[in-house]
Amino acid sequence: MSRKFEYFIEKAIFLSGAASIVFVALIFIFLLKEGLSLFSEVNVFSFLFGTNWYPISDPPQFGILPLILGSLFVTFGAIVIAVPLGLGAAIYTAEVAPKSIRGILKSGIELLAAIPSIVLGFIGIIFLGPVLKNIFQLQSGLTALAGSIMLAFMAMPTIVSIIEDAIVSVPKSYKEGSLALGATHWQTIYRVILPAAASGILAAIMLGIGRVIGETMAVLMITGNAAIMPTSFLQPVRTLTATIAAEMGEAVSGSSHYYSLFAIGIILFIISFIINVLADIFMHRGKANR
Amino acid sequence: MVENKSEIRNPKSEIKDSKSEQGNKIVTSKLNVWYDGKQALKDISLNVEMNEIMGVIGPSNSGKTSFLETLNRLNELYPGSRTEGQVLLDGKDIFKEIDKHLLRKKVGIVFALPLPLPLSIFDNVAYGPRLHGIKDKKKITELVEQSLKSAAIWDEVKDRLKENAFKLSGGQQQRLCIARTLAVEPDVVLYDEPCSGLDPISTLKIEEAMRELKKIYTQVLVTNNVKQSARVSDRTAFFLMGEMIELGATTQIFTSPKDKRTDDYISGRFG
Repeated sequence: MSRKFEYFIEKAIFLSGAASIVFVALIFIFLLKEGLSLFSEVNVFSFLFGTNWYPISDPPQFGILPLILGSLFVTFGAIVIAVPLGLGAAIYTAEVAPKSIRGILKSGIELLAAIPSIVLGFIGIIFLGPVLKNIFQLQSGLTALAGSIMLAFMAMPTIVSIIEDAIVSVPKSYKEGSLALGATHWQTIYRVILPAAASGILAAIMLGIGRVIGETMAVLMITGNAAIMPTSFLQPVRTLTATIAAEMGEAVSGSSHYYSLFAIGIILFIISFIINVLADIFMHRGKANR
Repeated sequence: MVENKSEIRNPKSEIKDSKSEQGNKIVTSKLNVWYDGKQALKDISLNVEMNEIMGVIGPSNSGKTSFLETLNRLNELYPGSRTEGQVLLDGKDIFKEIDKHLLRKKVGIVFALPLPLPLSIFDNVAYGPRLHGIKDKKKITELVEQSLKSAAIWDEVKDRLKENAFKLSGGQQQRLCIARTLAVEPDVVLYDEPCSGLDPISTLKIEEAMRELKKIYTQVLVTNNVKQSARVSDRTAFFLMGEMIELGATTQIFTSPKDKRTDDYISGRFG
């Protein structure tokens, strides 16, 4: 009886483990099947590097470069804001803060992660947009910058908690050795602890990027959604994700427009995959060094 | 490998001609230390003489390491530690008159386990001097070479200075840590059971290095190995349960200890 039970449990666990791989494979195959159909009509080069996204004009143009750049602008801006803030917050919680404050900060950061992205988008439209509009004298505050700021908040929890883990797992002996040589606390953080945690910090940045680039709802609401080639952060942009979300409902099933949205999905999938692989490499390099 | 010793640290002279010249480098009086309310040191009053090697022996939990770490205020890194009493370094109160970072530069420590930083061999030794503001590359290179020579490891690492320090053997890592401590040009070097994890040959090399270093530094050696204290120290202190039981010339402590507990310990009857 118990042997049968063992057998059953073992198989069940195996199946749940295998399921994740099967799902990823199925999703990717589905994406490929739908997306690749586009390339019988449009060539890959003009898809990736075309500067005009007019999917429903006649003839339609499927250049996603403005969308790729839109995603890159927003992501880059978000990372530039979130990394210094996140690094500072992580150093403070891991190294400087007294125990009581550390607890409060950590739950604060976790709460930030719990805010639904639509709420952040909402705040962006109602509050951040008008503020930016006034500061920079724009026609509309819904710009790449607004998207970057809101997404920075979304990336912060990931970045802070992973960097903090990396800092905490730096062997205590490094710190003691450095302090024993007469280093100040800050010198120790800056010269020993951060370099020792470097791979974790890089991994945190990568996962932050992954979080930001895949985000849809908030950017759809606050980046202004204009599929034009971005030249500045003070201009509306549209990201890859927002394009799919906004247009999937209207695209006629089986049309080139429909296929092109799947092709965008493939591009997103590839980008996320690369980012995850990089993060993984950084994490493992960190472990191998210890 | 240490023959060019005497020329290494003459800048010391400005410290030596102060009043401490007459003999005492460190004087502690009524030194008490607690960790989370538990007393680790009780009324320790002793003196460490200029350029001597003072051995500190005693069973584990006797306060040896606490004593050592109090001398450069590393004990303060443990939350819940409390110190009372006075420690004078060259006649100056280390708790009131000396900045603790400067104190740790002057009073270097070598830990029980060799703990290199995750840097190259060269950078491990150069870390301290760079920290204290030396930017001149030539000066740093010189300091690194001198320090590695003083720690009797130069010949073994001179061709691999760029390698990661973790590639060295345990004994080499420990001598590297000694070199690292010497590179910040301290006055006093504290050793916390520096050979506890090492083989006899590495131990011998470190003891030889210590004897050479006597010319320049005052050294305090905490050891669980009674024989090591007998071999290298000039005077020996015996600690038990946070108290100093006896302090005397090493030969006296080992041949005719005054206290029965000292006798029992060194002859191996307890501890």
